[in-house]
Amino acid sequence: MKSGRFWAWVVFILGAAYFFIPLIATVEFSMRMRRGAYSFDAYQIVLGDARFQATFMYSVIAAVFTIILGVLIVVPAAYWIRLRLPQLRPIVEFITLLPLVIPAIVIVFGYIRMYGSNSPLPFLANDTATNALLVIGYATLSLPYMYRAVDTGLRTIDVRTLTEAAQILGAGWSTIITRVILPNVLIAVLSGAFLTFAIVIGEFTMASLLNRPAFGPYLQNIGANRAYEPAALAIIAFAITWGCMSLIQILSRFAPKSANRPN
Amino acid sequence: MADPFLSIQHVRKSFGATTVVEDFNLDVEPGEFVSFLGPSGCGKTTVLRMVAGFEEPSAGKIVVGGKDITRLKPNQRNVGMVFQAYALFPNLTVAQNIAFGLKVAGMPKADSDRRVAEMLDIIKLPQMADRYPYQLSGGQQQRIALARAIAPKPKLLLLDEPLSALDAKVRVSLREEIRSIQKKLDITTIFVTHDQEEALSISDRIAVMYGGRAEQVGTPFEIYNRPATKFVANFVGTLNVLEGTVTDAGAGRVRVNSQEVDLKGKLNGSKSGDTLSLALRPEAISLARQPGHDTSLSGEIAEVHFLGSVIRVRVGIGGNTVSLDTFNNSTTPPPAVGDKADISFSSGDMLVLH
Repeated sequence: MKSGRFWAWVVFILGAAYFFIPLIATVEFSMRMRRGAYSFDAYQIVLGDARFQATFMYSVIAAVFTIILGVLIVVPAAYWIRLRLPQLRPIVEFITLLPLVIPAIVIVFGYIRMYGSNSPLPFLANDTATNALLVIGYATLSLPYMYRAVDTGLRTIDVRTLTEAAQILGAGWSTIITRVILPNVLIAVLSGAFLTFAIVIGEFTMASLLNRPAFGPYLQNIGANRAYEPAALAIIAFAITWGCMSLIQILSRFAPKSANRPN
Repeated sequence: MADPFLSIQHVRKSFGATTVVEDFNLDVEPGEFVSFLGPSGCGKTTVLRMVAGFEEPSAGKIVVGGKDITRLKPNQRNVGMVFQAYALFPNLTVAQNIAFGLKVAGMPKADSDRRVAEMLDIIKLPQMADRYPYQLSGGQQQRIALARAIAPKPKLLLLDEPLSALDAKVRVSLREEIRSIQKKLDITTIFVTHDQEEALSISDRIAVMYGGRAEQVGTPFEIYNRPATKFVANFVGTLNVLEGTVTDAGAGRVRVNSQEVDLKGKLNGSKSGDTLSLALRPEAISLARQPGHDTSLSGEIAEVHFLGSVIRVRVGIGGNTVSLDTFNNSTTPPPAVGDKADISFSSGDMLVLH
């Protein structure tokens, strides 16, 4: 038993070292901008850069719209599949996995071909329409995560009985989804939302090829031309992602507890 | 006779090639408490779900208060329902759960609050308004579910095995509570159960179902004492079935293990030489000859089960075994296995099963 514990600790320490050593090295390197002393100069430069603020804000707004679009598509779809079309679940799961298999660049080239300035639908000639297409593309990229998060949330509640209980009390579909289903899968939706946020913040291919002023292309640009700032940016991006994950953990404590599964 | 409040007329339901409900007919009077009793898969829940609107009948008609509701959606029927799995909304408090139907109906908040308080009083849980479902016991959750179902004053209350997830003690107290609330509010109620004791104890009438049909509809007394079919006789209560041969159809004489039994007026067209199944309830049989018992059979004690207040004795009579119940008497020891015994009963209590 004691020997088992010892090896468990060895594995844990090796895993932690594998994870933390590069992180500590990056932090250390990002603070060596000033010769002979550690400083936050690289962070000050990055955070004070107007392009950082503009691109970051752009990506945050794009992420918010992506999350809204994702929730509007995924929650009713996953709910309906669980309620009425369970036989379609394997097919829908396969479709939602496609963005993991098909590279983002394929979607972008599809966009350019379909909506380029020479096509009958020249959406890419217009900034607002291009932004909308980018958000739709992001929603596609985040589909595997959003669908799985929502579907897992729906699995924890008795969708059919709750729906019938609401129906017999006079509720229509919109009331059922907004007052019964969504509040009970809210934490799952938030998990999907934060994963979507993390994806959108770092996404490069779509934003770059559609020529959008997003955070991903900015990260790449800085990485190609500076020494210490990319390390500082990597740490900032990491902190944002980690913050999102922590928020998921905190919010999951407030999840409504199921009547059948009180613990 | 006045028009029934709920009328289920020639209803049939098929799922693909499988027919689960076949030509089901039932009329329910206003304020009546009717139970659908039957084994799993007999179609009782399917009929209830068709009344609720969750399933559409393949054929037939459902009329409530003179209005055909067969094609109406569940949210247009003004029917209340309590589910086996409680189905309380986990994200809402007890008060919010009860107020759900009132809010959907657009009732002003003050009226809704008053109605919720009234409901909590009826189910005797006034202090639970701010609790969440997960903070309540199963029995409390089901009482809240009942309050939620009756809060919008539905025309009809449907109870889909509401007690089967509860432990035995709570089940008994809650079924009495359900019955008393139903009587108090005078609400027409359909109760689905596979527990015969539940159905017998609280129903005005019982529809015993088997194979998608109502085998018999009657009061608990009729169902228990005058079962119309072999299935009803076997399903409701414990039953001793004896094989007998008609020896003299005209005189109503049947031979059971070389002993003659007089069943005058019960043979219903049977001919001499026919084999019949004869049934007797355990409580209709005595170990010794009792006043009023006109028939006795001799046998041997095969098993004795001491159940506390009651002793169940099994007596072998030829090739048949008969169960009978006697009350425990602290001064008289129970009979011993292997003892010779005479059982007696009134031939009037004997049922001929068809």
